[in-house]
Amino acid sequence: MTMKKIIIAATLTLSIAAAAFAEEPSKATAAPGAASAVTAPADPAAPAVATAAVAQAPTTAATPAPGKPSQKRELKTNKVITIGMFAVIIAITMGVVVWAASQTKTASDFYAAGGGITGTQNGWAIAGDYMSAASFLGISGLISLYGYDGFMYSVGWLVAYITVLLIVAEPCRNAGKYTLGDILSFRTNPKPVRAFAAISTVAVSTFYLTAQMVGAGKLMALLIGVPYKTSIIGVGVLMVGYVVFGGMVATTWVQIIKAGLLMSGAFLLSVLVMAKAGFNPIGFFATIVNSPDIQDHVSKLVLKDGVILSGVEAGQRFLEPGLYLKNPLDQISLGMALVLGTAGMPHILMRFFTVPTAQAARKSVIIAMFIIGGFYVLTTLLGFGAAINLTPQGIISVDPGGNMATLMLAQQLGADIAPIFGDLFLAFLCAVAFATILAVVSGLVLAASAAIAHDIYVNVIKDGHADQKEQVYAARITSFVVGAIGIVIGIAAEKQNVAHLVALAFAVAASGNLPVVVLSLFWRKFNTAGVISGLLVGTIASIGLVMVSPNMTYPKVIAAGAKKIVVAMETKQAALPAGAVLEEKDAKALAKARVDSTLDGTSMLGLDKPLFTLKNPGIISIPLGFLAAILGCLAFPNRRSEEMFDEVYVRQNTGLGMAKAVDH
Amino acid sequence: MAEKQYDWAAIAKNPKFVELHHKKTAFLFGWWAFSCVYYFLLPIGAAYTPGIFKIKMLGVINFGYVFALSQFFVSWGIALYYAHVANKDFDRLTRELIDELHL
Repeated sequence: MTMKKIIIAATLTLSIAAAAFAEEPSKATAAPGAASAVTAPADPAAPAVATAAVAQAPTTAATPAPGKPSQKRELKTNKVITIGMFAVIIAITMGVVVWAASQTKTASDFYAAGGGITGTQNGWAIAGDYMSAASFLGISGLISLYGYDGFMYSVGWLVAYITVLLIVAEPCRNAGKYTLGDILSFRTNPKPVRAFAAISTVAVSTFYLTAQMVGAGKLMALLIGVPYKTSIIGVGVLMVGYVVFGGMVATTWVQIIKAGLLMSGAFLLSVLVMAKAGFNPIGFFATIVNSPDIQDHVSKLVLKDGVILSGVEAGQRFLEPGLYLKNPLDQISLGMALVLGTAGMPHILMRFFTVPTAQAARKSVIIAMFIIGGFYVLTTLLGFGAAINLTPQGIISVDPGGNMATLMLAQQLGADIAPIFGDLFLAFLCAVAFATILAVVSGLVLAASAAIAHDIYVNVIKDGHADQKEQVYAARITSFVVGAIGIVIGIAAEKQNVAHLVALAFAVAASGNLPVVVLSLFWRKFNTAGVISGLLVGTIASIGLVMVSPNMTYPKVIAAGAKKIVVAMETKQAALPAGAVLEEKDAKALAKARVDSTLDGTSMLGLDKPLFTLKNPGIISIPLGFLAAILGCLAFPNRRSEEMFDEVYVRQNTGLGMAKAVDH
Repeated sequence: MAEKQYDWAAIAKNPKFVELHHKKTAFLFGWWAFSCVYYFLLPIGAAYTPGIFKIKMLGVINFGYVFALSQFFVSWGIALYYAHVANKDFDRLTRELIDELHL
């Protein structure tokens, strides 16, 4: 069967592509001067992030700069309490899985929780599915180090839900069943369309999952001192357990529990921050501006751009844009990927099939928007609170990327009440981070498995002829395999730079999936050729542009940057009085730069320097995706697809003839 | 799959459906476009008109901060307004259409 071979070949190519991406060594100084905004919160614990931030400061480009002794801090978890909290979370979620397993009998139960999730529950689950550890730890870290830009960065993640709410949620609920392939194959030639939709779903999920797994491994290693591999296997086994046995029901409840924990943690910590500021927001911001440590930190940041600021002016600068996000075009490109990509994310789309009606889908997005938005607003308090209470220098001394800011803040503010509270609160937030990782990876594994088992196995290979037992069995086996591959990729990618993979996942979803979903739902002429050309061009354009972008490693560019550091350091040394030596961190930077300056070679694609200067491909790849979908469709018109538009359009607007939750 | 057969083309021409379709399309794409414009003003404004973002409004709190914060409230506002209109108008029209078709 040729179709089968094509699919197998495509799936293989895809996993190799993912591995190839992971293959990029994580040389920190890869992109001198480029705003690494996108990548930073994407992957909270990866050193790639950390070093990328440091890379902006050539003079400190060595390992985490040892701060002044007074500002040097450390993050020490109480292992007994932390592991106890982890055990509680594992126990509760395992209980959920046992209960969910007894409820999962049909394919509809497995993929869509039998359509029995309420709007409110689904709203919490969407929030739980969406907010990764990157949102939780990364964005507050960015705010604590770069102030306003971190806050501005968080906005797009919420605005993205307007597209979900207005354009895709309700029509998808009415037009689909379990997967992206269901929506797209309605009035097209189902086999090729399902196959391509599945490939794109697996691509997006694999990119996202790889970033999450590597982040998870690093974070766990950092928090409770478990080795990287053990962390990945632990997280992976739990994730596989949830999905294989509990399907969508268990995944949903893990996500709801996680969202509840995350919001309680953020709320509690915000209250402590505000209590410290006397519940006076204006005073709170005045404290930021007047903090000598923040002023000093900002002075050093702007000095790199040749600007001299000090005192209150420097403090005020912390509340103004441009300390971190320095390339507006890249920000706009990222914004486009977020605003359109979220609505094309298979694991988010899938959540709308779990509710019984379009009204419930609508309600769930609105609830999710309040949770997600509320969380980001609280994140501002956490980020600024961390800057005030811990000082940016203290935060950098623990993790140069700032990813530990929230956790350090919890420990400090808790300990201000009583030392044991510090340990407890820190342990609680570590457990929240753990639950966050589990919830997100489970959703991704479920989405990828649904695409393979439901679209490819049941509908392409078996022509839709598979009884319930076989469908559920196929779904479970696929989830197991997908999860196992996730673990392997996670382990293999330990030393790789994976931070850009989250942005890539959003770019593929925005350029490949979203155009074809929107055109399928709203354009009469849309057909098979349009779906395939749109998915292919959108996906390939995003991946291709990232492969020639500054996200990759260019040894010659690193060498050129390192040579400048060598020159600067040698000048500095020459200027010192005879007999004096460079400070320890400068000496280290010099030693490292000397090694780096000898680097030679080309990027993975044989390039000396990036061909495409933006880190985010969206601004080019999204229009390309739309254009390809439209041109492909016009080049091969199809009367049947046009005739069936009335049906699709009436269905998606009214819910008539909707796939029933209780199966056919 | 014993599903009821509908005459989709006839429903699509039903005046009630046409009304629903026009109202919905105008509302959805209109507000979507508005939210996009409002959102992209943030990165564009921050990059090209930083002077405006620096204007202090409340103590040390500047326009940039207020504008970024307003993004959240505007998004929530659009969501609530949509829920209101959808519950009141779109769902009612859909129900009336279904009643009229005796489905």
